Amino acid sequence: MELFANQVLAGIATGAIYACMALAVVMIYQAIDHLNFAQGEMAMFSTFISWQLMQWGVPYWGSFVLTVGFSFVAGIAIERLLFKPLAKAPILTNVAGFIALYAIINSVAGLIWDFTIKQYPTPFGSSPFLGSQLISTHQAGMIGVTILLLILLFIFFRFTRMGLAMRAAASLPESARLVGINTSWMIALGWGMAAAIGSIAGMLIAPVVFLEPNMMLGVLIYGFAAAVLGGLTSPLGAVVGGFLVGVFENLVGTYIPGVGNELKLPIALALIVTVLVVKPAGLFGRPIVKRV
Amino acid sequence: MTPMLNVKDLRAYYGQVQALHGLSFSLNEGSLTTLLGANGAGKTTTLRAICNMVRSTGSIEFEGKPLGNRTTENVVRLGIAHVPQGRGTFTNMTVEENLQLGAITRGDKKNIVTDIERMYDHFPVLKQRYTQQAGTLSGGEQQMLAVARALMLRPRLMLLDEPSFGLAPLVVRDLFRIFSKINREDKVTILVVEQNAQLALELADHAYVIETGRIVMSGNAKDVANNEDVRKSYLGY
Repeated sequence: MELFANQVLAGIATGAIYACMALAVVMIYQAIDHLNFAQGEMAMFSTFISWQLMQWGVPYWGSFVLTVGFSFVAGIAIERLLFKPLAKAPILTNVAGFIALYAIINSVAGLIWDFTIKQYPTPFGSSPFLGSQLISTHQAGMIGVTILLLILLFIFFRFTRMGLAMRAAASLPESARLVGINTSWMIALGWGMAAAIGSIAGMLIAPVVFLEPNMMLGVLIYGFAAAVLGGLTSPLGAVVGGFLVGVFENLVGTYIPGVGNELKLPIALALIVTVLVVKPAGLFGRPIVKRV
Repeated sequence: MTPMLNVKDLRAYYGQVQALHGLSFSLNEGSLTTLLGANGAGKTTTLRAICNMVRSTGSIEFEGKPLGNRTTENVVRLGIAHVPQGRGTFTNMTVEENLQLGAITRGDKKNIVTDIERMYDHFPVLKQRYTQQAGTLSGGEQQMLAVARALMLRPRLMLLDEPSFGLAPLVVRDLFRIFSKINREDKVTILVVEQNAQLALELADHAYVIETGRIVMSGNAKDVANNEDVRKSYLGY
């Protein structure tokens, strides 16, 4: 029982990483109805920016705020330059765009900062949290930030007019234009917000996985798994999905013989496929009721 | 008096196919006008061309301002509310959120709350269901919601695309009575596209008949209703 509880706790700690990434994934999915494969690389690039700022002597929180701001603007710029022209193109064209973006950002980061692993600081410290060896103060801080982000997003989408307009633009663009919403800018704003959330995820993940251009590869797949499990339309689902994936991964690794570290990633992929087959809307995704 | 909406030589295209062939008509402020025609005559296209949702040439002026180069959302922001065919309901949002969306471009936040109350007066059934997901409403209720959403813009001109489509005759009557009331009391100019010619001609003060992308007849609604060709083609007696 002790082992079980410990594994669950450790799972929640890693789950926070996935939850954070899944939030960014859901954010972009809400805005453009696609999964952005370059999401992880965008987050990685942002994290490098913050690292660079710290190298230049900017304090942690200062570089944190600057990086989030930079990522927001960069997200909008990427949409305006790359994906606005593709807005009416078929899905596959967009997918090709995402993959191109993935490769470009990855290579550019490697070119500027090279591929050696770098240490990345944490603002929360890394001592045991409340005396537990399984969860550090950093991981606890990460869980806290993820939940705070979730609450802020919930308030934004549920109670502000801008949030309402963004939801409308995402669900029915033509009707949204007919009530006067500039849907094209709503999409750009969605990109900006997703990039900003992604940058926060990146900066929180970097102390755990270390900073290097390929740091987000596995994380993004877990993030996708979490988002799909929780439901791609639900930020709450993404976060819960993230924690569940973390716990699930740990328990399977502990209790099913033969599943070591090598087989953990396929578990995430198997989970994606299973959820899509059994419950396509995910745990929290709202299946759309239609009556004609 | 210069007309509120003036459409001249409107031609619209879907890809290579031309749907409107030089259509001209105008609406006076405060009027309730109906645009009649058979399936495929170009009624919906005409409304879509006004809101720039289809490629078109020719001139459309609203209160003296040309609409040609404006995006759909900028046409709407001038005070033109368009209730599209199929209603355009945000089915995964609540009734109240749909109404809020209708007023999303307005700056006068305080009045929005009172306007929502007014919509509940016009359409009491919406009040009973305001927290319900809009997709669960019946067809008639969704049409009411679509009209209410359009009114939340406080429009100067309202374009209604086949509001009677798929609704029971009694519901249609109710709906048209409300249009008439909105037209008189709220001073909203209305252009309604309809296949239900009889009802539309009863309520409208002006009518246009459109055939294969051209206006073939126009005039006072009563005169049009008494025209023998119109009676045979659209009223069936």
